[in-house]
Amino acid sequence: MNPTTTGTQLGQPNTTAIVFFLLFVGITLAITYWAARKTKTTSEFFAAGGGVSAVQNGFALAGDFMSAASFLGIAGLVAMSGFDGLIYSVGWLVGWPVVTFLIAEPLRNLGKYTFADVVAYRLKQTPVRLSAALGTLAVVSFYLIAQMVGAGNLIHLLFGLSYEMAVIIVGAVMILYVLFGGMIATTWVQIVKAVLLLAGATALAVAVLYKFGFNPVNLFNEAATQYGAETLAPGKLVASPLEAISLGLALMFGTAGLPHILMRFYTVPDAKAARSSVFYATGLIGYFYLVTFILGFGASVLVGRTAITGVDKGGNMAAPMLAEVVGGTGFLGFISAVAFATILAVVAGLTLSGAAALSHDLWSTVVRKGKAPEHEQLKVARLASLLLGVLAVVLGVIFKGQNVAFMVGLAFAIAASGNFPALLLSMSWKKFTTNGAVASMLVGTFSAVVLIFLSPTVQVDLLKNTEAFFPLKNPGVITIPLSFVVGVVVSLLFPEREASERFDEVRHRMHVGAPTEGLPAPEVPASTAVATPPAVVHPSKA
Amino acid sequence: MQTNSREEALEALAASRWRVAAALTVAMLVAYLGFILLVAFNKPLMGQQIIPGLSIGIVLGVLVILAAWLLTGIYIVWANGKYDRALHQYRGRK
Repeated sequence: MNPTTTGTQLGQPNTTAIVFFLLFVGITLAITYWAARKTKTTSEFFAAGGGVSAVQNGFALAGDFMSAASFLGIAGLVAMSGFDGLIYSVGWLVGWPVVTFLIAEPLRNLGKYTFADVVAYRLKQTPVRLSAALGTLAVVSFYLIAQMVGAGNLIHLLFGLSYEMAVIIVGAVMILYVLFGGMIATTWVQIVKAVLLLAGATALAVAVLYKFGFNPVNLFNEAATQYGAETLAPGKLVASPLEAISLGLALMFGTAGLPHILMRFYTVPDAKAARSSVFYATGLIGYFYLVTFILGFGASVLVGRTAITGVDKGGNMAAPMLAEVVGGTGFLGFISAVAFATILAVVAGLTLSGAAALSHDLWSTVVRKGKAPEHEQLKVARLASLLLGVLAVVLGVIFKGQNVAFMVGLAFAIAASGNFPALLLSMSWKKFTTNGAVASMLVGTFSAVVLIFLSPTVQVDLLKNTEAFFPLKNPGVITIPLSFVVGVVVSLLFPEREASERFDEVRHRMHVGAPTEGLPAPEVPASTAVATPPAVVHPSKA
Repeated sequence: MQTNSREEALEALAASRWRVAAALTVAMLVAYLGFILLVAFNKPLMGQQIIPGLSIGIVLGVLVILAAWLLTGIYIVWANGKYDRALHQYRGRK
């Protein structure tokens, strides 16, 4: 075996890690202080006043999406089972082109803070907002539980802090970001985190490839020599084709229904910037997954599978251990701090999008019927953020020690079946109605939750039953089409004249755009529109 | 008369955007599901090494990631060019 596998500093209080982490928290809190002074309206709180450039939003989108689970989890999966990790990476990425093609621009032009703005545009506000908020809060809660439990475990492993302490620190810092700095602070936290994560992963990959003549194939070949040729071939991950397609559909269309991702499109000035920002995000995320693939193989060859599972059975510590082997304790500290920062940024984005559903969809629209004055909206938005932040900590502590990995899959399944079909139909189908939207969102959300509860993941792995009532681990292949069909059939059964009459207005605004309060009108004079170079040059707020 | 042609222009604009969006979505879906189905149905093929260390599976996986970039890039070029020109023309036609 490898001589380097013994005596890891992992889990010891690591000076470099603590210094880097305090540096990150210090810088991001300074950003939050600066952002807090610029956050005076709901538009600034939820959408950064629409002043984020396409490049900035591209990094922030990537920051929102590249969770610790995908960094540490996929590197670990590749380290443990080789090729199979790539199947996941590909699945996580292919949702992004779909967001570009179908969602980004119409969403930017039609909505304000939440995706419910788009679905409810020409439909009856109250029922649509209620169902959309339910889907949003379900996705946000499950995703938050997975992140918080992951945070507690990872930080415990990385820094030796107690689980509860780790959850409380993450919760407290995240609440400071969101509560005071709103979307402006959250965006910058995402950008800083994305840059750190990409830089850290790149440095690690370069250090690995240096040992293999900068040729990844040599690295793969070494892995095949050590662990057999099957490490370069599909293994157990994809057992049945139907299972694979089901997971694939949920990942592909789930991204287009994640509230914290959708919300980011309101932070850019116009549809063109929204479009470009997803292009940057897709490039960054794809690059990140390619690098992660190298890191996983690097860890299996340079650290060794036995050593990795010796520290954590799930293999999650593959990347930090690799950092220690190639760069010593200092590098381990840096990568650990980056992983911590990653978790912080992701939970901040999730909390903000949940707060938007609570305050904008439920309070301002359903309860106050759009009559709440600005200062009240902002107060409720802050209160909702605080509430969700505390809830995240409580859930993190409650679910300590539980296997919550399936909850990310559940969040994607709900996003793909509860949110995405209604969103797409509302933008593209004239005859879509209030009843159709409500039915589609409720059926999609509940069928995903129920089928996952009946699936082998919960019944066999969690509840230790011998058999599951529903054979698939991910219900996407059933629930996504079901949600579309229900939406269409109910709309056809109960037509809504007003909704179809207002479709022309939706179509006009979806393509041409409309001035939003507090924003420069998208319909700029023709001469300026042509003269404006691509959205990337929008002046930075920094 | 003029309102009519304006409505038609928007309809054409909307139709062209949805057409391109749908075609590219289908292309992404086919590439991805094709990859997944090969993984599920033909593991030996995916495990075959072209040169020592480089299996067909790895090559195809990386190609799907590149295809995601490429398809998004195609959309951006189309939207920034042809689509935005048509949109600009439509806006100017008040």
